[in-house]
Amino acid sequence: MSDIITVKNLCLWYKSVQALKSVSMTIPEKSITALIGPSGCGKSTFLKTLNRMNDLVPGVKITGEVTYDGTNIFDPGVDVNELRRNVGMVFQKPNPFPMSVYDNVAYGPRTHGITNRVRLDETVEKALRDAAIWDEVKDRLKKNALGLSGGQQQRLCIARALAVKPQVLLMDEPTSALDPISTSRIEELVLQLKENYTIITVTHNMQQAARISDMTAFFLLGELVEFGDTETLFSQPSDKRTEDYITGRFG
Amino acid sequence: MRSKFDEQLGLLNRKMIETGAKCERAIAMAATALLEGDTGASERVAPIGQEIDQMEKEIESICLKLLLQQQPVARDLRQISAALKMITDMERIGDQAEDIAEIITYLNGRTGEECHGIRSMAEAAIKMVTDSIDAYVRQDPELAASVSEYDDVVDEGFDRVKRTLIGMIRDNPADGEYAIDLLMIAKYFERIGDHAVNIAEWVEFAVTGVHGGE
Repeated sequence: MSDIITVKNLCLWYKSVQALKSVSMTIPEKSITALIGPSGCGKSTFLKTLNRMNDLVPGVKITGEVTYDGTNIFDPGVDVNELRRNVGMVFQKPNPFPMSVYDNVAYGPRTHGITNRVRLDETVEKALRDAAIWDEVKDRLKKNALGLSGGQQQRLCIARALAVKPQVLLMDEPTSALDPISTSRIEELVLQLKENYTIITVTHNMQQAARISDMTAFFLLGELVEFGDTETLFSQPSDKRTEDYITGRFG
Repeated sequence: MRSKFDEQLGLLNRKMIETGAKCERAIAMAATALLEGDTGASERVAPIGQEIDQMEKEIESICLKLLLQQQPVARDLRQISAALKMITDMERIGDQAEDIAEIITYLNGRTGEECHGIRSMAEAAIKMVTDSIDAYVRQDPELAASVSEYDDVVDEGFDRVKRTLIGMIRDNPADGEYAIDLLMIAKYFERIGDHAVNIAEWVEFAVTGVHGGE
């Protein structure tokens, strides 16, 4: 397995507050990496940095390197839209656009210039199939997406992210707003997606991290405390802070 | 934050220590009975074996509840899974102590003194059980590792006993049944040593994350 993203000495400040402290890690492609840690530890900040979503935050300052596909994503020449096409994002709360199921998924491809109806149809169907929701929505593509259940909305958002054919999918607690059945659907979906995509997910659910991820990164106070094989991290963590956090001694 | 969990882990720990102590008592009683030719020991060892069986069930139930309710990770996971494995070996030690005591009933007061190796085997097996339980109580991986090394002493003792008993049968065929009984007792001590090694290996796993057998 080769590495798809390499992070080197990444530091990030929100004005005077340092949210990431010299984080370095390499993320293998076509794998699932879970980011865990207590609230405010920097894991979501780290996730958002990987497709430069933090650029939009006023007063943010970033040093260090994130190399994706051989290029430092902070280089002035990098096309941020292109980066975000390749490194997609799914949020905690399902956020479909207030438009039809079809238009939600077609939104990205249209933005990237696809207008051919047949090609759009194919792209939309493939994305919905990949997100394991096609069978549930194929007869209601023209209906408003807001009429779907929470779990369906989240899979629709995943389909929307997949429609622009990214390589990496960032997920920020994608199941925290869902019931157990919808959660297990998303988990299964994520495991299937791993065949073709690299997935990096933030989760507060330790069992979820242990269940689905290949690698786990534990963040604390902006620092990457431990990063390694998930099974090892959950059975014999090497840092006492990791042990204390995952066993519920703090956090 | 996790006081209930810690309380349950504490309970599990106390039950494990208690069961370990019962194993030590059962095997020590069986060994003493042999050396003293005490044919009545079976009646005293059997109830301890039953208590150990009961403790096994209780410990299993505590572990399953903890797995279900707490979904343990890291050291907690290791402690609970190790307890589940160790309790099986403790139960076997109890059974084998009972078996030894029962065979002694048929020895008509003879003490196996013709067969020196059996005495040292019994002592070594008791030491191994005691050390493996102590290693658990003290969470001491080094003491646990030493138990595995001691297994060779028991195995060598068994070979010695076998040779002696073969000689005994050859020289005095009338003692054939007695010799076979002693052989079975020696085999049980040898098995008890193996169970002590298993326990010690799981102690190492619980403390360090690396199973002693690896």
